[in-house]
Amino acid sequence: MDKPKNRAADFEKALQDRAQQKYVLRLYVAGMTPRSREAITSIKKLCEEHLQGRYEIEILDIYQHPELASAQQVIAAPTLIKELPLPLRKFIGSLSDEGRILKGLDVQPKERIACGHE
Amino acid sequence: MVSDRSLVNIRQDVLAKCPTGIQGFDEITAGGLPKGRPSLVCGGPGCGKTLFGMEFLVRGATEFDEPGVFVSFEERPEELAQNVISLGWNLQDLETNGKLLVEYVQVERSDIEETGEYDLEGLFIRLASAVDAIGAKRIVLDTVESLFAALPNELILRSELRRLFRWLKDKGLTAMITGERGDRNLTRHGLEEYVSDCVIDLNVRVKSDIATRRLRIVKYRGSRHGTNEYPFLIGATGFSVMPITSINLDYATLMERVPSGVERLDTMLGGSGYYKGSSVLITGTAGTGKSSLASAFAQSICATGGKCLYFAFEEAVSQILRNMSSIGINLGQWVDAGLLKFHASRPTTFGMEMHLLTMYNMVKEFNPSAVIIDPISNLSSVGNEEEVKSVLTRFVDYLKGRGITTLFTDLTSGKTAGEYTEAAISSLMDTWILLRNIETNGERNRALFVLKARGTDHSNQVREFVLSSQGLELTDAYLGPEGVLMGSARVAQEVRAQAESMRRSQELKGRTRGLETRRAMLEAQMASLKQEVICLDEEVEMFKVEAMAQDDALAKGRDDMARIRKAD
Repeated sequence: MDKPKNRAADFEKALQDRAQQKYVLRLYVAGMTPRSREAITSIKKLCEEHLQGRYEIEILDIYQHPELASAQQVIAAPTLIKELPLPLRKFIGSLSDEGRILKGLDVQPKERIACGHE
Repeated sequence: MVSDRSLVNIRQDVLAKCPTGIQGFDEITAGGLPKGRPSLVCGGPGCGKTLFGMEFLVRGATEFDEPGVFVSFEERPEELAQNVISLGWNLQDLETNGKLLVEYVQVERSDIEETGEYDLEGLFIRLASAVDAIGAKRIVLDTVESLFAALPNELILRSELRRLFRWLKDKGLTAMITGERGDRNLTRHGLEEYVSDCVIDLNVRVKSDIATRRLRIVKYRGSRHGTNEYPFLIGATGFSVMPITSINLDYATLMERVPSGVERLDTMLGGSGYYKGSSVLITGTAGTGKSSLASAFAQSICATGGKCLYFAFEEAVSQILRNMSSIGINLGQWVDAGLLKFHASRPTTFGMEMHLLTMYNMVKEFNPSAVIIDPISNLSSVGNEEEVKSVLTRFVDYLKGRGITTLFTDLTSGKTAGEYTEAAISSLMDTWILLRNIETNGERNRALFVLKARGTDHSNQVREFVLSSQGLELTDAYLGPEGVLMGSARVAQEVRAQAESMRRSQELKGRTRGLETRRAMLEAQMASLKQEVICLDEEVEMFKVEAMAQDDALAKGRDDMARIRKAD
């Protein structure tokens, strides 16, 4: 067995996987406030642009599900939780800062991914 | 107009209080925390903030039927439960019974990313649902400051906190918010800015290796409150705050007397001993018999069927028993009979406050009719004069309130004046007995006198205090032209006086005899003189008769002559 070769293959595979990584996101909002709407719009747009076809997003109103807020340790609204891929991360606020979210979600901006494929 | 308004305020705004059930705390705050308002508890690490909050809820749930929510930002519910189980609080039970709810709010800076505007509605919803779930009346937030570490946007956080406290008020919750002590402010993040109704400061100070926890009400809007720093303890049953001075001096005064155990001393105190429920202080230098006098008192209490609690800060129990049996006081029998209880400990074992609490608890448990502390001077090795005084004041008040006679002994050093106590507590004492060693003619003798005895017609005499195998005894000190004599000098003087009086009576006898002889002589003389007088009288009679006979003879002769001469 050629270890270094295998390692390199693993790395390649990991990169590949990452590009195809499936995202499970949950957005907790507190009622349909303008801020909630803004957050929903931004995350949907972002997902469509960068994670098309490999994401799952659920929008929850914590007024309806206060127990979820406790279970998920949500304190701020809106809160976006990236459940998968691990590690779990939380984004609080109206999700207006796209660059920051992408970085936090560990998503390569589309242009770069495209570049990599070519 | 202003006065009108203030009058109205007085009538309407009598602040409702929410009793905490924490021992002593409700007394210094005249009822507890402000009801339906948030209070701030601040203090450094390890000063008991979390426990204070938890006790507030546990007592509320168990004693006042007010369910509570504990919002923990730091400790997990399991940890919290574990921490307080030693105090006998079973959080799980309370939770199952719907009396308590622990809401754990975990905020980690590392996994939170701020992306735009937000609010803390999530927290509000969680609190609201927790409060509604059990119908909570009380809530503790421990400690909300963790949010400052987790959420970088202080502007939002501050406005949200302001909203949170307003929300708590609107909900009518009696809230306790804990905060870490800051460098310059009461709390690191200035929470006192938002919670302004009641601020409580907890601190721990270490002095001479002994830590004392203290509590202070920094402010309490709309209520009177004690302003001092009150020492408090976290004991086996939770917090206990001890008011520096008892709030009231309204205990009942008893007219009954209890014998002191020394007969002559009872007499010196106006007949029948100490007043029941009074405080007695026995001061003296080393070896003047303080403990012996205390033991005699214990003996007399137990002999009449009373219970006595003996705090020994100097000697071990077995040592006291042995020493006292040498002067004819058998304390062991009372220990066996369950009437006498010893508690021997070194003062340095605990801080001053812990001692007080131990004493409180033991008194509560044993319910004695007399308490002896032997000696109080040793307590000053753990606290300074003020602390000892404050502790003893409270203890004396507590005991007096329960009608317990208290006897303290106090060791004074030989250098200081006799009328001085190490702990400066003489003013607390109703009766003060001074024992003194008087050194004369190469020996030391014990002298006892009653320096003061409130409300009794006490003796002003110095008595000699004799300890013998028969027990304690007071004898008259010899008072003579040479002053007060004691011990062997007294005995010698007594012997001398006896000899002197014998000599005097002999002398008197001799002189009486002489006088009597003289009198007898004079009487004899008088008798012979009388005889002489009688003889003289008889002679005079004889002369008279002779003279008359002669006259007769002469007259007869003249007649005869005339007849012869044939006179005309």
